[in-house]
Amino acid sequence: MTDIAALPADAAVAGPSRFAFSRILRRHPTMLVGGVILVVMAVVSLLAPWLAPYDPIELNVVDRLRPPDEDYLLGTDAYGRDMLSRLLYGGRVSLAVGLCVAAFSTVLGLLIGVVAGYYRLADALLMRVMDGLMAIPGILLAIALMTVTRASIEVVIVAITIPEIPRVVRLVRAVVLSIREQTYVQAAVAIGTRFPRLLRKHILPNTLAPLVVQATYIFAHAVLVEAYLSFLGVGTPPEIPSWGNVIAEGRLYVQIAFWQVLFPGIALALMVLSINLLGDGLRDLLDPRLSRRA
Amino acid sequence: MWVYVIRRILAVIPVMAVVAVVVFLILHLSPEDPAAIIAGDNAKSEDIDAIRQRLGLDRPLLIQFLEWVGRLLTGDLGSSIFLNRPVLQLIGERVEPTAALAVTTTIFSVVLAIPLGVVAAWKAGTWIDQLIMGLAVLAFSFPVFLIGYGLVYGLALEWELLPVQGFVSLSEDPGRFLAHLVLPTIALGLVYTALLARMTRATMLEILNEDYIRTARAKGLANGRVLIVHALKNAAVPIVTTVGVGIALLIGGVVVTESVFAIPGVGRLTIDAVLQRDYPVIQGVILAVAGVYVLINLAIDLTYTVLDPRIRY
Repeated sequence: MTDIAALPADAAVAGPSRFAFSRILRRHPTMLVGGVILVVMAVVSLLAPWLAPYDPIELNVVDRLRPPDEDYLLGTDAYGRDMLSRLLYGGRVSLAVGLCVAAFSTVLGLLIGVVAGYYRLADALLMRVMDGLMAIPGILLAIALMTVTRASIEVVIVAITIPEIPRVVRLVRAVVLSIREQTYVQAAVAIGTRFPRLLRKHILPNTLAPLVVQATYIFAHAVLVEAYLSFLGVGTPPEIPSWGNVIAEGRLYVQIAFWQVLFPGIALALMVLSINLLGDGLRDLLDPRLSRRA
Repeated sequence: MWVYVIRRILAVIPVMAVVAVVVFLILHLSPEDPAAIIAGDNAKSEDIDAIRQRLGLDRPLLIQFLEWVGRLLTGDLGSSIFLNRPVLQLIGERVEPTAALAVTTTIFSVVLAIPLGVVAAWKAGTWIDQLIMGLAVLAFSFPVFLIGYGLVYGLALEWELLPVQGFVSLSEDPGRFLAHLVLPTIALGLVYTALLARMTRATMLEILNEDYIRTARAKGLANGRVLIVHALKNAAVPIVTTVGVGIALLIGGVVVTESVFAIPGVGRLTIDAVLQRDYPVIQGVILAVAGVYVLINLAIDLTYTVLDPRIRY
C-alpha cells in the first residue's frame, strides 16, 4: 500500500526557503490539517486518565446500551461502560501501536536494507527472505504471528512490524544501490573513507527523506491493522479497550445501538486520515523531485 | 525469452521455500509449549504429551521440518487438530466465497479506478484532480468495517434492498449469489479503488511527460487518442503489476470483510483456527494463500513477456 502512496501529487517549490514554517503551511495545507488533527487526537488520548468522565473498564449494568445523552456523551456499551472514556483510552493503544510499528520497522528495515545494498553476498539471501515474507498477505501473517504467544499489546506490535519490514528494506536497498554508483561516493571510497563515515555522510542523508515518508504511511497502516486484528478478536486483548475491540463488541448490537460501531469507526478513520494527509504533505515537501513532474 | 521464462518460473522455488520456513517457524518459535497452548488451561499432562506426539513436537526440529516439507510436496497439508479432517479439504470447502469476493472486488476496483486515475492525471492540478485524489485519500483511510456497517445499516437494514449477511453458492442460485456479494464488494472495493486510482494517476503522469507523448500531441492527435492509445497502453504494465502485487493487500481486506458480512470463507476458517490454536490449519491456509499469490504474479509476469516485446531480461 505504502509504495503506491509514495508517489507524486501536486507541485512543491524547491529552494532555500522550502522549509520555512509559514511557507510549508501555505504550500501544503493538507499537511497542516493532518498534523493538527493528529496532534489534537494524540493530546486528548494521552490525557485520557484526566479527561475521561468514567472508568473505561468498570461495568455498570444499569446503564447498559444508553444512547448518547448528557450523562454519556457518546452512549454506553452492552456492559454500561462509557463509550467516550473507552474511545479516549483506545486512542492510546492505536497511537502506541502505530508509533512503535513505524519506528521498529523503519529501523530494522534500514539496517537490513543497508546491509543488503552494500554487501553483495548478503544481498541475495536477504532479498530472497524479503520476497518470501512479501508473498504472505500482511494481515494474514500478523494474525498467524499472534498465535505464537498469549495476546498482548507487545505481541500485536511485533506481529504488525514483521510484515512491514520488507518494503522498507526494498526502499533502502534501492537507494543504497543507486548511491554507491555515484561518482562522489566512488571518490569517497577511493580516498579510503570507511564504511561508518560513508553511512553517516552519504547513505543516511539520501535515505532519510523517502524513509520518513514511508514511516508515516506505515504508521497509518499499523493503526488500521491493529484495529482489524482487534476487530477479528486476535489483536489487543479485550480487557484493554482499543478501537478495534470496541467495534467488535459493538457489532453485536449494531441494529439497536449503532453508535457503538459508528463512533470508534469515525475515530479510527479520522486518525488514519490525518496521518495519511501528513504523509502526503511530507512526501510533497521532502521530495520535490518527484512532485515537480505533476 | 525462454531463458527468462524458465528463470522466472524457477524463482518461485526460493520464495515458496522461505514461506515454508516462516510458516514452520510460527509454530516452533513460540516461547511457550504449543502443545500446552492447544490443550488449553485445564489440560492434564498426558493430554499435552499426546498432542505433542501427534504433532511430532518431540522430535528434532530439522527432522520435523524435513518430514513436513516432504508431506507438503506430495500435496498433504496435514489435518486439523480439532476437526480431525485434512486441511486441504477444509480450505476447499471455504474457497468459493473468498475467491468470489476477491474476483468481484478486483473487477469493481479496476473498472472504477483506471478511468478515475487517467482523468486525474490528465487534469493534474485542477479541481477535478484534487477532488478525485481527495476522495481517494478519504477512501483508503476508512476502515473496511465502517464502510461495511454503514452500507449494512443504510441499504440493507433500513430499506431492505439487499441481503445483509451470509453467502449463497453460485451453483445454488446465481442471482442470490450476486446479491450477497454486492455490499461486501463495495465495502472492500472502495479502499482498493482508492489505491489503484492513486497508482494509475502516478504512472500516467510519468508517461504523459515522455517525449513520444509530446510528439503525438505535436502531430495534432486528439487528446483522447493520445491518452488512451499512447499513454494508457504504456501504463498498462505497471498498473497490472500493481493489481497483482495488491492481491496480498486484497486478501487481507477479504479476511476482515468476510467477518463484517458473516461470509463463511477462508478468512473465517483462519480466525477460528487462530482462536483454537489449530496450527496445521493456520499453516495450511498461509501456504495456500501465498502459493496462489505467487502463481498469479508469475502468470502476470509471464504474460508480459509474451505480450510486450520490450521486456527481455
